[in-house]
Amino acid sequence: MGRVVLVLVAVAAAGGAAGQPAVLAGQAALLAGQAALLAGQPTLFAREPAPASRRPRPSADLPGPSADLPGSSADLPGSSADLPGSPARSAQSDPSNRTPVIIASKPFAESYILAEIFAQLLEARGIAVDRRFGLGATEIAFGALREGAIDVYPEYTGTALAAILGDELQADAEAVYRHVAGAFRERWDARWLAPLGFENTYAIAVRRETAEALELATLSDLAREAGGLRAGFTPDFIGRSDGLPGLRAAYGFEAAEVLPLLQAVKYEALVESGVDVIDGYSTDGLIARYDLVVLEDDRGFFPPYEAAGLVNGDFWRRRPDAIAALSELSGLLDEERVREWNRRAESDGDPVADIARDALVELGLVVSDGEETMEPNLAESAPPRESERESATAAESARSPVVGFASYMWQNRTDILGHARRHIVLVIISLGAAALLAIPAGLVLVRAAGGAEGVIRGIGLVQTIPSLALLAFMIPALGIGVVPAVVALFLYSLFPILRNTYTGVRDANPAAVDAARALGMTPAQLLRHVRFPLAAPVIMAGLRTAAVINVGTATIAAFIGAGGLGDPIVAGLALSDTRMILSGAIPAAALALLVDAGLGLAEKRVAPGGVAVE
Amino acid sequence: MTVGRDSPTPNGRKPAASVDEPDTRNDEPDARNDELDARNDELDARVDEPALRAHEIVKRYGATIALDRVSLDVARGSCVALVGESGSGKTTLLRCFNAMVRPDAGSVVVGGRPVASFDPVVLRRGIGYVQQEGGLLPHWSVLRNVALVPWLRGEADAEEQARGALDQVGLSPGRFGDRWPRDLSGGQRQRVAIARALAGSPEIILLDEPFGALDAITRSELRRSFHNLRAGMGVTSLLVTHDLHEAVELADEIAVMKAGALMQVGRPHELLNAPAHEYVEELLERAGIG
Repeated sequence: MGRVVLVLVAVAAAGGAAGQPAVLAGQAALLAGQAALLAGQPTLFAREPAPASRRPRPSADLPGPSADLPGSSADLPGSSADLPGSPARSAQSDPSNRTPVIIASKPFAESYILAEIFAQLLEARGIAVDRRFGLGATEIAFGALREGAIDVYPEYTGTALAAILGDELQADAEAVYRHVAGAFRERWDARWLAPLGFENTYAIAVRRETAEALELATLSDLAREAGGLRAGFTPDFIGRSDGLPGLRAAYGFEAAEVLPLLQAVKYEALVESGVDVIDGYSTDGLIARYDLVVLEDDRGFFPPYEAAGLVNGDFWRRRPDAIAALSELSGLLDEERVREWNRRAESDGDPVADIARDALVELGLVVSDGEETMEPNLAESAPPRESERESATAAESARSPVVGFASYMWQNRTDILGHARRHIVLVIISLGAAALLAIPAGLVLVRAAGGAEGVIRGIGLVQTIPSLALLAFMIPALGIGVVPAVVALFLYSLFPILRNTYTGVRDANPAAVDAARALGMTPAQLLRHVRFPLAAPVIMAGLRTAAVINVGTATIAAFIGAGGLGDPIVAGLALSDTRMILSGAIPAAALALLVDAGLGLAEKRVAPGGVAVE
Repeated sequence: MTVGRDSPTPNGRKPAASVDEPDTRNDEPDARNDELDARNDELDARVDEPALRAHEIVKRYGATIALDRVSLDVARGSCVALVGESGSGKTTLLRCFNAMVRPDAGSVVVGGRPVASFDPVVLRRGIGYVQQEGGLLPHWSVLRNVALVPWLRGEADAEEQARGALDQVGLSPGRFGDRWPRDLSGGQRQRVAIARALAGSPEIILLDEPFGALDAITRSELRRSFHNLRAGMGVTSLLVTHDLHEAVELADEIAVMKAGALMQVGRPHELLNAPAHEYVEELLERAGIG
C-alpha cells in the first residue's frame, strides 16, 4: 500500500512540476491521503483468523445445520407445509428461483476465494449468481445480509461470536457453532450453513530467530518475554475482545510497545525487525513464506473461527435449490487447501476465478470440462494450469514494470472504463444533488438572522463520520449498492458547498455591499446583483473541493457493492495485487486531477468581469 | 443658512424606456420610488427646516456608548464636518441620517421628516453616500456604478445622468465609463464614488472620510475639486474627517466629537477664537491651526 501512496504522490508531484497550480498538487496529495486511508480500511474489520486444522466435520454431526436444511421440516418455523416442496422440485417450479443469488464477500483474499467458490458451484448447478464481493466490513456485509440486500457470504463463527454477538468467548468449536447458529436464527432469522471444514484463527507469530533465541513455543512463553518485545497488531486486533484485550487478560501479555499496523505492512515490519510480534491468520499464505513461527495458544484463549456460509433467512426458505448446492461444500475444505489457495492469490497473483475453478475440480464437485459430478474426488489436488501460469509470469517479468502495467491496463481496459463510468455517474449524481440543495440553502442561511453557523456546523459533523460507518448506518434504510453510495457522497458534498456559499455571500466585498446598501439597494437586490455574483467564484471553489473529495471518497462505494474505481482497489488490496490496485487508483487520481482542473476553469469563468481570480 | 440649488429639478423622470444595458436593467417594479418623489417635494417645500437634524440621539453597542445625547443641525446647502479621533462616534452619527444606524433614543430628522417614518430604502436612494474605500461594485463598469441610484429608481436616463456626474468630477465618461474599478487609480476611484453619490442629484450627501485613503497630493487635489463642485451644486453635505485642515477648507461649520459626545459646533473661526473645551483647543493646536 505504501507503494500506491507513493505513486499517487508522484502523480501529484509530476502535476506540480509540469507547472500546474500548486493547488492541484495539494489536492492530489489529499487524494493520496485518502487512498492511504482506504488502504487502512480493510484491516479495520478483521480478516478472520485461525490455527489448528480440524478434520472436516460432516454437517450431520451437528444438530443445527443438517436439521436447518430446508426440506427437513423439523426445524422450520411451521411445518413442512410451509415449504413449496422438496428442494429439487421447488427449484424448478418457483419462478423466483430465476433471480440470481446475490453472493458477497468481505474484503480479504480468503473471503473472495470462498465466495467465488460458492458462486461457481451454484453456476455449475445451473443457478444464476450476482457477485457483490469486497463488502467493507463485518458490519456492512452482515448488515446487508440481515436486510436481504445479499443472500449469502462466507463468515467465521468466532467473528460472529466476538464481533457481531459480543458474547462470551468459548473454546469448543461445536458449542460455538451451535450457539452462534441458534442466536443468529433467533435474532435475525439468519442461518448458518454447515461448517466448510476449516478454521482460520488468529496466529500470533514471531521471527524464527526470535523464537529460538528466547525459546518461545507458546503464548505463555511469549507473555513471559513480552516486556522486551515490540508488537505490531492490526487496529482491529487491538480493539476486539478476542484480540489484544483478551490476550492481556488470558496471558498477562504486556508488550514493551504496541504499534497499530496495517495488514499490508505488518509482515514486512516483522521481517525487517520493525516489530517482534504480529497477529496473523492461520490460513495465511504469508506465514510459511516468511518462515515465521506461530506460537501455540496453550491456554485455548482464541475462540474457534470455523468458516461457513451465512445466509439470509428469507433466502433460505425461498431457495432450497441454492442451499442444497452450497451445502455440498460442507466439511470438504481443510486448512491446508485453503492456505494454498490464499498463497496462490496473495503471493502468485492468480485470479480468484481460476483458484475457485481449480478448487471445485480439486474437491470433485465440478469436473474440469465443466460437467458436474457429485462424487468427491479428493485425490486430485494439484491445481492445473500451473505451467501455463509460470510461463506467463516469466514472460511478464522480462518486460519492464511500466510496460507490464500498461499492457495490464490495456487488457483490462473494458473493465476499467466500466468502473470509471460508474465512478463518474456516482460523482455527478451526488454532486449535482448536493449543489442543488446546498447553494440555495447557503443563500437562505445568509438571510436568516441567527443560527446559520450552527446549521453549517451540524452539516459539518457529517464530514466527521467515517465513510464506512456512514455506509453501515444506512444499510437498514437503503441496503447496499448505488443508492446508499450516492446518498453518502451527497452528504459528504454538502458541507464544502454550503460553507463556501454561505461564507462567500456573507463576506462578499464588505465595502461594496455597504455602499450599495447605503445607496438604496433592497436586501434582495443586494443578494442578486452584488453578493451572489461576487461570491460565485467562492461557491464554485466549494463545488470544486466537494468534487475532488467526492471522486476520492467514491472509491469507498466499492465496499457496499456500488462499483466504481474502488472495485479494483478493494480487490487488489485484498489480493495483494499491486497492479489491480493501481488500475483503480491511477484512473481515480487522474479523474480527480481532471475534475479539479475542469472546475478550476469553471471557477475563473463564473468570476464576474472586473474581479480577478488568482 | 444657505439655501438653493442651481441644479435642475431632482429626479427628472421620463416614462420608462430601457436602460442601455440589457442585463443590468432594473426590472424590479418598485413602488417605493413614488414615495421618493413625494419626499423630495416635501423637502423642497420646507426651506426653513434644517436639512439634517439629530436631537439628543443615543446609540449603544453593548456596554459602549457610541453616541451620547448628540444634537446637531445641518442647514440646507451647507457643509458640516464631523471631526474627532477614531471611535469618537463620527461615523455612527453620519450613518444615523441614512438609516444605516438606528439610534436607541432621540430623533433623527431629514428634510423635516423623522427618519424612522421612512422606508429606509427610499430614504437612502435620496441621499448620496461616499465611503473611505469608495465601495464601488468591482464587477460593474465605472458607468454602471455611477448610474446605480438612478437605475435603482428606475429612471430611463440613468446612464445619461451617470455621464453627467462623471463629467462633474472631471472624468471623461468616454474614457473611463467602460473601465473596471480595479483599473483606476485610488484618486480616480474616489472621484467615481463621488460621482455615484451625486448622480441621482440628491439634496444631501454623506461622506465618510472620502479622501482618507489617498496620498497627500491626490487628496488635496480631490479636496479642491470637491469644494468647487459642492459650491456649485449647493448640496447639503455632512462630512466625516479626522483631518482638521480638510474640515477648515471644506466646511461651513465644524462639529468636534469626543467619546460619543459633541464638544462644540461652530464656524472654523468661532472654534479658533472661542474653543468651548480644552479638547477643542488641543485638537486645533495639534493640527497646527491657531
